[in-house]
Amino acid sequence: MTINELQDEIIEEFSSLDDWMDKYALLIDLGNSLKPLDEKHKNPQNIIQGCQSRVWLNAELNDGIITYQGESDAVLVKGIVSLLIQVLSGHTPDEILNTELYFVDKIGLKEHLSPTRSNGLLAMIKQMKMYALAFKSANSK
Amino acid sequence: MNNKQIRLIREDFPILKEKIYNKDLIYFDNGATTQKPRCVVEKMEEGYYHLNANIHRGVHYLSQKATEAHETARNTVAEFLHAAKREEIIFTRGTTEAINLVATTFGEAFCKDGDEVIVSVMEHHSNIVPWQMLCERKGMKLRIIPMNDNGELKLDEFQQLLNERTKIVSVTHVSNVLGTINPVAEIIKLAHFQNIPVLIDGAQAVPHIPVNVQELDADFYVFSAHKIYGPTGIGALYGKEKWLNAIPPYQGGGEMIQTVTFEKTTYNELPFKFEAGTPDYIGSTAFAEALRYVQKIGLNEIADYEHALLTYGTEKLLEIEGMRIIGTAVNKSSVISFLIGNIHPYDIGMLLDKLGIAVRTGHHCAQPLIDSLGIPGTVRASFAFYNTKEEIDVFIEALKRVVGMLQ
Repeated sequence: MTINELQDEIIEEFSSLDDWMDKYALLIDLGNSLKPLDEKHKNPQNIIQGCQSRVWLNAELNDGIITYQGESDAVLVKGIVSLLIQVLSGHTPDEILNTELYFVDKIGLKEHLSPTRSNGLLAMIKQMKMYALAFKSANSK
Repeated sequence: MNNKQIRLIREDFPILKEKIYNKDLIYFDNGATTQKPRCVVEKMEEGYYHLNANIHRGVHYLSQKATEAHETARNTVAEFLHAAKREEIIFTRGTTEAINLVATTFGEAFCKDGDEVIVSVMEHHSNIVPWQMLCERKGMKLRIIPMNDNGELKLDEFQQLLNERTKIVSVTHVSNVLGTINPVAEIIKLAHFQNIPVLIDGAQAVPHIPVNVQELDADFYVFSAHKIYGPTGIGALYGKEKWLNAIPPYQGGGEMIQTVTFEKTTYNELPFKFEAGTPDYIGSTAFAEALRYVQKIGLNEIADYEHALLTYGTEKLLEIEGMRIIGTAVNKSSVISFLIGNIHPYDIGMLLDKLGIAVRTGHHCAQPLIDSLGIPGTVRASFAFYNTKEEIDVFIEALKRVVGMLQ
């Protein structure tokens, strides 16, 4: 599936839930089922420090495809990390760089991304794109 | 205060009727800022609509009226703190600016390389960073008063920190995270034995307990209006006259001068020496109105009622499995910080928000304290006199639901 198809799929899943608490319950499920990040990747280099919670992010490039892994100490943040990985992981650097992430806004979780929340998520998205850019320029050399 | 009185008081705060995500707002974030009663907002409106003119030097009617309102507000603050003289009250932008003012000017006048400043482990960043900056400028050392497991300062260790290099002690009256009411009178007495002045950060104290700066014998006492039902952007610095005369001005500009020539400027007398620029005379009058409002309810009545909320809230919270209250001092104001099991505070705060309940999560601008406790932060519920036991019941039910989802 393309990145946008994946985003649309998530939007559909969330839009079937009217109540805020149901949306959050789904996010908690997603957070709890996120594959834990290997301990070796949970190093200070991979940490994205937020004011309220911390996020770890690791990325690897294999055969031109980026695989992201991430984790957070807060489960709601972990849920969004899981969604971001679901959407972006398994794509090429170009695909990731050319993507506009609209799903977070559409499913009503934008507040988690506002700079004032400082939960590390905004920085995580930036970092995901930075990885894509770094892999792309490394490839083109 | 009885239920009827609380109902009437709640009528004074229109925001308490707001719906948040279609739920009744329960506002338990009073430690961060308090809501404003109608009379305070009306005072600001009246100021802008009927009293607005720049103060102090205007010869015209409105300017004189505005000056009078501003200076009367100073009297109200002085009386509220039981200051000896009205000139000992300096209007600032808030607690943070007041501490910066003292750290900068006192530091300039009295501190040198090798000197020491004492703060406590439970300080808000605004009572750490200004002193740290002073230490960096002057090559001084910051010394820290530790606390016990209940979150009470260890006075015996404090005594050992005091020495001939100590230039000033700056501690909070009430901890914004733990709720601990510190024995500031004793701290001041111990410091004064060695002729060391003390600044008390009263931001979290004045809304909850009566303060008498002369009885405390505090050298400086600072607080913000917005934490005591007043407007944002204004606060007060109390300083003993002898200290305010001994330290240099903080900022230069209009208001704070006597005469200006390009060769030399002479400074105005107290309190104007420290109030450069056009003062917030609209804010000051609304600030005074807020102080009158709490005094009308009665600070002792407020303290008693809030203590009852604290006791009730603590009991109810402890019924929840895995509950860990952070801060169990004997003397405590109406602030409850807690953690439940391994749940991250952020998750609890976000879910409570969706149920209309405003609490604070995180390190509460006291990172060194949170680090020393070895926790990621806390969830903090802080009560004001317009909160009720019924609201606590709703909060507890919501919390149980949230914990159920997260566990």
